[in-house]
Amino acid sequence: MLVEGIKSRPIYSPLVARTGTLHLFMADGEGAQAILDLATTASPGFFERAHICYIPRAAAGRGFESALQALNPAAFYVGPTVAAALPRLAVELANAHMGTQIYLAGTEGMIGQAMVVALAAGVDQASIQREHRGSEARRVQCVHCKGITEDVTTQPAKCAHCGLMLLVRDHYSRRIGAFQGVCVDAEMPGTAPDPEEAFR
Amino acid sequence: MTKSADRTPKIDVRVTQIVDVTSEIKRFRFEPTDGKPLPVFAGGAHVVVEMEDGDTLRRNPYSLMSSPGATDAYNISVRRDPGGRGGSMFMHDRVTVGSLLRLSHPVNLFPIDRRARKHLLFAGGIGITPTLAMMSELARYGDAFELNYAVRSENDGAYLDQLRNTYGKRVSIYRDDQGEQIPLTTLLAAQPLGTHLYVCGPGGMMNWVLSTAEGLGWPAQNLHSERFLAPPSGSPYEVRLAASDLSIKVGPHQSMLEAIEAAGVDAPYLCRGGACGQCETRVISFDGTLLHNDHYLTDDEHAGGQKVMPCVSRFEGRELVLDR
Ligand code: FES
Repeated sequence: MLVEGIKSRPIYSPLVARTGTLHLFMADGEGAQAILDLATTASPGFFERAHICYIPRAAAGRGFESALQALNPAAFYVGPTVAAALPRLAVELANAHMGTQIYLAGTEGMIGQAMVVALAAGVDQASIQREHRGSEARRVQCVHCKGITEDVTTQPAKCAHCGLMLLVRDHYSRRIGAFQGVCVDAEMPGTAPDPEEAFR
Repeated sequence: MTKSADRTPKIDVRVTQIVDVTSEIKRFRFEPTDGKPLPVFAGGAHVVVEMEDGDTLRRNPYSLMSSPGATDAYNISVRRDPGGRGGSMFMHDRVTVGSLLRLSHPVNLFPIDRRARKHLLFAGGIGITPTLAMMSELARYGDAFELNYAVRSENDGAYLDQLRNTYGKRVSIYRDDQGEQIPLTTLLAAQPLGTHLYVCGPGGMMNWVLSTAEGLGWPAQNLHSERFLAPPSGSPYEVRLAASDLSIKVGPHQSMLEAIEAAGVDAPYLCRGGACGQCETRVISFDGTLLHNDHYLTDDEHAGGQKVMPCVSRFEGRELVLDR
């Protein structure tokens, strides 16, 4: 389970099929299963107005792509990385209208970044659903160099940009969709404890 | 008899202009008798106008239609309603230039949501009045907006030319007698993300607009509406006010709230139209049927019989005891 009680952190809950004129799905890894679960209760014809964008990541080879495709969405796209998929989402949203529902499922890193894109496009928060699935790896922003390190699983963790050892805090920034990382051994460099797996 | 036990601050005004807008609608201009600036308000606000009609003190809510920045005078428009309880007829037939009236401070139950990327306004008939103030505010901010206004006919429509001249393409007028209808579904489906919708008009129109938007997946937060119900008439009945230790009679054309006020008991209110929740009163016991007419309490609360909104609701039966 994700750490509970972090106020700055978004609330996740299982995706449900809503009324809408267009349903935009974005999922990574095991987030595919959240869409498949929703499909069991969605009304017939629901996916005729759905666009699915899926990034398999570590879940590649587990048959999620073909299972999603079998839902027959109006549009289906499989992307190599979240970074590559986000501009697509931005373009879709630029052409979208009121009545569009957004469904995000998978890692917190993907959900956070997709949220930033959706809100910038003017989507109302109430039209966005988020369900966390799979890895609890964190997307971390180093407060010193502002660089972002993806898929952080250890505590402390090394900043991929400036190399400082960071304590991954529970403070979550919605604006950038990342947790905050603060140097652990600023006073005496080299005294940081060894990284241990903390977010699986 | 105490005319008013209401202790909320009031504004004394003089009627300085009355204009016939259509054959049924008059516009009134109110200026403060003390010459001090009136409180500023935001688009969508209303005032409650007090009218002393013989022994009856009438209090009717009217939306402010003047520009929200103007503090020298307020304007309201009143449609004459011969079938109503008399407030609008009093305004039309008895109020003249020079008449003194008393207003509540402005209250806004229908505010603009400034987070919206676009404001889509719908008005039907006299429901245009709050919309006029909202539009002048939106125009001042430079916000994107669009009005869809349904009227019976060119002659019955209030402020049509003013709207066309001021706002041009941003206003679409639909005249019923010309067979013109708001293309609601197409219109709603074409709105950009982040649009907020506002509707004020007859009940049927509001339900149609709101339920169509909901059915297309608009979030509830983006839907705004204002509906003042006129208190319905009915059979007279008695109410026991336990806290005041009084028994009062409610007349056929009087609301429970008006009867409470007429008895000199101070009771809270804002909209007097079953919308705001301010007048909510606890029911201690009753033997009969509560006729809930508000759209503030939930269906469960209506069924529960623990609360009543005396501004619009009535009672039929042997005994009703209120915590007031
Ligand atoms: S005064 Fe607003 S609901 Fe009664």
